Amino acid sequence: MTATETPAATTVLGSRLLRKEDPALLTGEGRYVDDLVVPGALWLGLVRSTVAHARVSVDVGPALDAPGVVAAFTGDDLLDAWAAPLPCAWPVTEDMKAPEHRPVAAGTACYVGDIVAVVVAESRAAARDAVEAVLVDYDELPAVVDLEEAAEDRVLVHEDLGTNRSYTWELTPDADAVERAFAEAAHTVSERYVQQRLIPAAMEPRGVVVVPAPHGGEYTVYSSTQIPHILKVMLAATTGVPEHKIRVIAPAVGGGFGSKLNVYAEEVLALALARKLGRPVRWTEERSEAAVATIQGRGQIQHIELAADAAGKVTAVRVRLLADLGAYLQLVTPGIPLLGAFLYHGVYDIPAYSFSCTGVFTTKTPTDAYRGAGRPEATYAIERAMDALAVEVGVDPAEIRRRNFIPTDAFPYSSAPGLVFDSGDYEPALARALEMVGYEELRAEQARRRESGSTAHLGVGISFYVEMCGLAPSRVLASLNFGAGGWEAATVRVLPTGMVQVVTGTSPHGQGHETSWSMIVADRLGVDPDHVEVLHSDTDVSPHGLDTYGSRSLAVGGTAVWHACEKVVAKARTIAAHQLEVAEEDLEFSGGQFQVRGSPDRAMPIQAVAFQAFLAHDLPEGMEPGLSAQVVWDPPNFTFPFGAHIAVVEVDEETGRVQLLRYVAVDDCGNQVNPLIVEGQVHGGILQGVAQALWEEAAYDGDGNLRSATLADYLVPSAAEAPSYELDHTVTPSPTNPMGVKGVGEAGTIGAAPAVMNAIVDALSPLGVTDIDMPASPHRVWSAIRAAKEAQQ
Amino acid sequence: MIPAKFDYVRAGSAAEAIAALGEHGDEAKLLAGGHSLLPLMKLRLATPAVLVDVGRLDDLRYIRDAGDQIAIGALTRHHDLETSDLLAEQCPMLRHVAHLVGDPQVRHRGTIGGSLAHADPASDLPAAVLALGGTLVARGPDGEREIAATEFFTGFLESALAGDELLTEIRVPKVPGAGWSYQKFNRRAQDWAIVGVAAVRNGTTGVALVNMGTTPLRATAVEEALAGGASAAEAAERADEGTEPTADLNASEEYRRHLARVLTRRALEEAGA
Repeated sequence: MTATETPAATTVLGSRLLRKEDPALLTGEGRYVDDLVVPGALWLGLVRSTVAHARVSVDVGPALDAPGVVAAFTGDDLLDAWAAPLPCAWPVTEDMKAPEHRPVAAGTACYVGDIVAVVVAESRAAARDAVEAVLVDYDELPAVVDLEEAAEDRVLVHEDLGTNRSYTWELTPDADAVERAFAEAAHTVSERYVQQRLIPAAMEPRGVVVVPAPHGGEYTVYSSTQIPHILKVMLAATTGVPEHKIRVIAPAVGGGFGSKLNVYAEEVLALALARKLGRPVRWTEERSEAAVATIQGRGQIQHIELAADAAGKVTAVRVRLLADLGAYLQLVTPGIPLLGAFLYHGVYDIPAYSFSCTGVFTTKTPTDAYRGAGRPEATYAIERAMDALAVEVGVDPAEIRRRNFIPTDAFPYSSAPGLVFDSGDYEPALARALEMVGYEELRAEQARRRESGSTAHLGVGISFYVEMCGLAPSRVLASLNFGAGGWEAATVRVLPTGMVQVVTGTSPHGQGHETSWSMIVADRLGVDPDHVEVLHSDTDVSPHGLDTYGSRSLAVGGTAVWHACEKVVAKARTIAAHQLEVAEEDLEFSGGQFQVRGSPDRAMPIQAVAFQAFLAHDLPEGMEPGLSAQVVWDPPNFTFPFGAHIAVVEVDEETGRVQLLRYVAVDDCGNQVNPLIVEGQVHGGILQGVAQALWEEAAYDGDGNLRSATLADYLVPSAAEAPSYELDHTVTPSPTNPMGVKGVGEAGTIGAAPAVMNAIVDALSPLGVTDIDMPASPHRVWSAIRAAKEAQQ
Repeated sequence: MIPAKFDYVRAGSAAEAIAALGEHGDEAKLLAGGHSLLPLMKLRLATPAVLVDVGRLDDLRYIRDAGDQIAIGALTRHHDLETSDLLAEQCPMLRHVAHLVGDPQVRHRGTIGGSLAHADPASDLPAAVLALGGTLVARGPDGEREIAATEFFTGFLESALAGDELLTEIRVPKVPGAGWSYQKFNRRAQDWAIVGVAAVRNGTTGVALVNMGTTPLRATAVEEALAGGASAAEAAERADEGTEPTADLNASEEYRRHLARVLTRRALEEAGA
């Protein structure tokens, strides 16, 4: 592969080690929240508004009479249960408007799915029946569904806020430069793109179990969450239960995609009601419930303009976003569009930059983080716009990109919006992808088909993404007014027998941390990866951590493990030198052995050092016994993975059906710890991005009812729809961390949607089609073809 | 996820099932493979008071040579159809259509009788049996009667079966060597057809439409046009005549009509009509 690869210290790093996690998960041994057996637990049933916007009056009396029902509460009944409303940890501007968000709405329901009452029953079935017995009287208010209409404030979601516009956030370092660039431009494009709402649809729906201790006022909270540590803090804040009395455990978690990076009403309700009733309380989300009760992703209208010179070199980008917040602000709702705010110039060296985003309330399920969170939206806009510019300038889409790439010798690259890209080398990745797909032959085949008048239109779509991963340097988060830091903690303990425990503050839900962290330890300490146990996702076991999201775990959490290993080796070296009676400098550490230079028979394995550290019979003066180290790592910068994705589609002109024929991706996530895991992330990510382009949409009617509330209507693809992925990679290590890693969990999703949509528009360009909204359903594509034909007549 | 409360009766024979239907009347629903009924119950869109489970009536699970017809027991699973050698020889379209129903899990549980009796206009097998000119056998307290497929589908999710009748057998003609086609237009492999067209050319040409109205439909205008000597393309232009397709997330009424015409033309061309 392309040539910047750094040789790994051992053969462990970079090997395709099978995932340690899988045998248990594949044989049904994994224990998810709903699998937990908790004697005496009561079940919650949530009564959810069936109307998007209404004043509600609720009578729980009939539910109380139902068999097996222990208690039932309206929002008003629970007002004294809360020390604070549900949290939003990211007030993006000083004057951001935020509605009070109670776990159970009192008075007004603001979206279909808003909780208006809660019942507690002896069984899940009884809770479900009791939900139906609760009487809810709806005094309907107008729904506010359309984002642009909502921004006009004719109907308000929250009367008391006086507006639907929560905030406007701007980033225009040099307004004059932008104006000048557009005034002097030889070419401009102005595009409007719609990011439809998506339902995260993790394979495991959410669930929570709260078990109170009989004495001491302590609570163990099991939740299907990505963020046990953050959840613990927020549970304390919302319920008033002291933080040190709360233990949060995330057992096996079946996916999250950002949707479990949140603090939900059901979690705080389960804790509050376990406290109130003195019994374990549990809840498992139903699939169709998840469609409205779990946050949704995306939901933006994007206006992007490019100014370019005669050769197509882009001189300015100007972006205006409307972001659909939904009815309330969840944990990081307002900040999601801003995670893309710095990346609307993509991989291109664009000197003038202007970005503005207005967050708008609607009477729909709140939005929040969903795989890529802000960055797929940014990539989509710039990559679609670059194709539009290629058409405008009259050059090939690959060529317009080459003309604008940030040059390799410009790294570390200071971008106009103010980031420093750590490393990058874009040309080789694009060249490799074009070579793999056979770009010239495809263009020739496309020309032949067009010549022949074929109605099976061939399209080729390129997208080239860059993302910022490794969330995040704490001081940068401070500048964005984010309510937490971005560090990560790790402890590495070599036990007396030489086995190793790693405690990590990251919280995996499918990523394979146990495998990857074991490989890092194996590499650093020279031990067998199977001799490493990774402990995580339990706030009593791993008290320090900031959890898993934003492709941060390896670049931040893995780096913490790496540094902790280095501290362990340093201490072990001191002990070994002491016992071998040599100077530390005379010891060489490799393959798990401290070897005296020049004396092959004098060596001490790290396992022996660990035992000596445990015995403490003969340690250097003043040294503490034991061989362990803790590190909290705060990264100095983000990491900036990138990649070239190419989709090849065939569009049936008669029916509008799009068939994804091929998908090529050349990703660069720096050095790879485990290519098997990297490929798995890329496969899943690509399909999730393709799904946004072709299938998935949280579709609402004008009254705010979700029309795609089941998996029969919300089209999550299956293996049958997946293309055969043609993958390769380049390696441009990150200088931000010692392993040179960047992160890859969101890459595929970020690259895929624009590649597919560019391919569809490319296929249909001879018919006059210039844009199609996602998802490109057959109906929508057929309609676009028809409209273009009519316009041409 | 959790259905409303219901009573459960397991029928040990067809006669027991019919008796149970007689006893419980409108309150009862038959349970075969459960792949249409149970999801509706879990969403509480269906709340039958009694389920009469006929899933273990193995004597109604067969694919037999019956002279110039093939007789299929109502409890024959889609997987049995899609792997049947007899169907491969004598009625390959039915085998192919069964292979396109749902996903492997559905095909291993779902039954042809359940699919036909559910009378979903979006299902694949009803249209196939309609195009083939099949016959359905119903058994009630007073014995058996035969119902032509063309008479069977009476309304949205409604069939000619009486409340105390059990569909026991489906008969389709042997059509070895006949041209046929099934055009299923959907977005994911596992989905119902947005529109589907079944065509079989056995002397005359039978054409049936999926999801073009409240019931599975014969495309009679197309059949008449073909009988009158029209070309496939000409006949296909009449595919949506007399239909009343609905609009949903996947298609407007107009798009469905368009698809019916395009898919019918393709079906007729593939069937060699």
